[in-house]
Amino acid sequence: MLKILRYSFSDISRSQWSYFYFAFYFIIGFTLLFLSSDVSKAVITLVNIILVLSPLIGTVFGVIYFYNSKEFTQLLLAKPIKRSTIFIGQYLGLSLSLSFSFVLGLGFPFLFYGIFRSPAIGDFFSLLISGVFLTFIFTALAFNIALSNENKIKGFAAAILLWLLLAVIYDGLFLISLMVFNEYPLEKVSLIATALNPIDLSRILVLLKLDISALLGYTGAVFQKFFGGGLGMLISIFILMLWTVLPILRIMQKIEKRIFNE
Amino acid sequence: MRFYYFLLVIVILPLYTSGFIAAKSRNVCSLCEYKTIKAAIKHADSGDEIILHNEVFTENNIVIKKSLTLRGEKGAVIDANNKGTILLIKADNVKIENLIFRNVGYSNIKDYVAILVYKSNNFTIKNNYFEKVLSGIKVEKSKYGFIESNQIFSGDQEQHAIGSGINAWDCAYLIIKNNNIYGMRDGIYFEFVKDSLIENNNAYNNYRYGLHFMFSNNNAYIKNKFYKNGAGVAVMFSKFITMENNVFSENWGTASYGLLLKEIYDAEIINNAFLENTIAIHVEGSTRVNYIDNYFKSNGWAIKVAGACYKNIIKKNNFSGNAFDLSYHSNINDNEFDNNYWSDYTGYDLNKDGVGDVPYRPVKLFSYLVSKNPEAIILLRSLFVDIVNFSEKVSPIFTPDNIIDKNPAMREHE
Amino acid sequence: MIEFKNLKKSFGRLNALEDINLKISKKGVFAILGPNGSGKTTLIKCILGMVIPDQGSILINEKNIIKKWEYRNDINYLPQIADFPANLTVSELIEMVKDLRAKEANESALIELFGLDPFLDKKLSILSGGTKQKVNLVLAFMFDSSIIILDEPSTGLDPLSIIQMKELIETQKKEGKTILITTHIMSLAEEISDEIVFMLEGKKYFQGTIDEIKKKTKEKTLESAIAKILGGR
Repeated sequence: MLKILRYSFSDISRSQWSYFYFAFYFIIGFTLLFLSSDVSKAVITLVNIILVLSPLIGTVFGVIYFYNSKEFTQLLLAKPIKRSTIFIGQYLGLSLSLSFSFVLGLGFPFLFYGIFRSPAIGDFFSLLISGVFLTFIFTALAFNIALSNENKIKGFAAAILLWLLLAVIYDGLFLISLMVFNEYPLEKVSLIATALNPIDLSRILVLLKLDISALLGYTGAVFQKFFGGGLGMLISIFILMLWTVLPILRIMQKIEKRIFNE
Repeated sequence: MRFYYFLLVIVILPLYTSGFIAAKSRNVCSLCEYKTIKAAIKHADSGDEIILHNEVFTENNIVIKKSLTLRGEKGAVIDANNKGTILLIKADNVKIENLIFRNVGYSNIKDYVAILVYKSNNFTIKNNYFEKVLSGIKVEKSKYGFIESNQIFSGDQEQHAIGSGINAWDCAYLIIKNNNIYGMRDGIYFEFVKDSLIENNNAYNNYRYGLHFMFSNNNAYIKNKFYKNGAGVAVMFSKFITMENNVFSENWGTASYGLLLKEIYDAEIINNAFLENTIAIHVEGSTRVNYIDNYFKSNGWAIKVAGACYKNIIKKNNFSGNAFDLSYHSNINDNEFDNNYWSDYTGYDLNKDGVGDVPYRPVKLFSYLVSKNPEAIILLRSLFVDIVNFSEKVSPIFTPDNIIDKNPAMREHE
Repeated sequence: MIEFKNLKKSFGRLNALEDINLKISKKGVFAILGPNGSGKTTLIKCILGMVIPDQGSILINEKNIIKKWEYRNDINYLPQIADFPANLTVSELIEMVKDLRAKEANESALIELFGLDPFLDKKLSILSGGTKQKVNLVLAFMFDSSIIILDEPSTGLDPLSIIQMKELIETQKKEGKTILITTHIMSLAEEISDEIVFMLEGKKYFQGTIDEIKKKTKEKTLESAIAKILGGR
């Protein structure tokens, strides 16, 4: 698996898309820091960008990579290696490469502006960790979708739809249900609804780290109590892990039954 | 005008009286003529000065019924040994200066304070240091008082027992100036106090409010700093209050705010800075209040309106980097928004006169939704909310037409 | 020795393989022929484990290989489409494939044979289709395995390279390998194969030497023999 990982990592990390992705975060990072020169302000602005973009990029690249490397995958399949080894290796190679672009792209500007001397270092790290988790989660989901759809167009559409669902529609439905069930105490429900969506969960984890947490009022206090404590933090990390591991397990299970007949 | 009259009385009157009576100094110390403060007071005549030497006097319940000056040499301490109120002033023209008050103590039945001023006109409490006092200075039914340059803090007492730093009840013409008050319940608490001035004080780390007004009209507080309090300042059921040049900062917590206005009429809120408060100004009813030249920066909400809000003028303020500039869920009518700077404003200025050509609507759809459903705040900074806000900005449906700044400033006001 | 026993595979309603019984016992070149959709690719992919049959078994040296993977160590495979990771260089790709197998490889002779030396440090994305196919051939032939499976090996090759490839196949045959080829270029099949298997609609229609099929159809060339079979239906 490590061999496959190594080669797919060195393949993807040298592609122009990786450079673009790296350059995007690099420029965004420097621009934000240059404009506000306040590290924690820049972190707040980045929350929006990262929570939208890293799932999107993970999804799109995951699907594209899976379909594009189909021929080569067949060559690998004819080699004396286990199937799951090939796909997990490729998956890890892609996720790691995307995460590297992301972490280095943001890391350089913030390092340059003295993140290690800033009190916002904890916030910045939780932002990076969330971004990496989301990359791994959504790349795994994209692989799942691509595995279940032989048709490229269908697979791509399904992947975008999944991203749209978790990044936008979920929150819309969440908001509407808050409106509809206005009369009921909704803190626990919101807590669960937030924890179930990896994007929302990451957003809350980062926001609670930032000093705007007090904004969240009573609801925020309930959240703070849950996520702020060690147990809540462990549970959140556990949920994010689950979001990563379950799709991977499904890849491993699906892959054994998949036919490669084209 | 009232203040000038007030100043005249307070400065001229002591000079006048001291000229007529031959004042005598009476020293108090273990080797002096008087061993205790009480003894010195007992033998003193009106107009005398009692000087406390550099010692610790363990006394409490000292009652002053004559016009005396009580002054400490450097390091003079009155320690109540947790037995109760230290000083009771029940006469006019009393001065308390340069003393250290310590260990007032706590009772379930009675309110112990370091200094209680009762029905006393023309008193001065200056340059004193209050430590481990559950309540600092309490003034009742008194007029023309100076409370100046004192340090008041509770020490590490139990929170439920702690009272106010300075508490005035049914008073008029007080001047409270240059004090430092921290670790109390309320820094300064006014009930039924009128025509008074609170200037240049620092109130911080107080558990409830830095400054608290109830039923107190015609007062002004200027150039004060309120920070890291449970909440900065609460002004309730009061009229004609002037609030100028104050700084409200870091009043940060679940339900915390820089300034609470509850049922306020005809007030001026001018040139204050609100920095990093959960809610900068929480309004539960304000009518004919002018909010002018204030600076709102990095607050959760700049102005959050929860009660009726009529005929206010919100003009030339800077709203910079607040999560919400304005939020309301009640009637809000006849208010004038004019020429404020809004950092979220994205319009243009073709004729370069510094005023944006497109009007600005300070209420965003999401802040409206949050005011209806507080739980919705959990979606703050999500993509969906950004989309919702954007679409509402392009074609407003939910946000009210009457809340609009027709002349938004392009740059921050100085 | 490769043996298919009662092999069945269907994709939805389409029966790709219907009860195939086939024994390839000798060494030499076996061509699997048939029109599009006759099941020849599916058959090959069953051997490689990319398609898992619904029923039946495949025995290689008398061992069932279904859902196993270690046996592939003794199989070389040339895929029909040569498509590789775009950002690796040719030599990195060769290293990678070598890495995945604990086996000696003699890639340098093949690189020389196909004149790939100048491309070794080039990224695969900038190579022409023909050059990629040559790389593909190198990857397939560089290991010493007793079974070699070639899926449309002549695709995209220039005439000289086709001759070189044929020589390669000839050498391997002499070394005692079992070589399976799918192709729709009948002249190629006629030239190099010892035995053919003709597939039609998921069934084995014919197995035997080229002479036998010619005799059976009374035709002079393999191409016309096949045409007769297809036309006579």
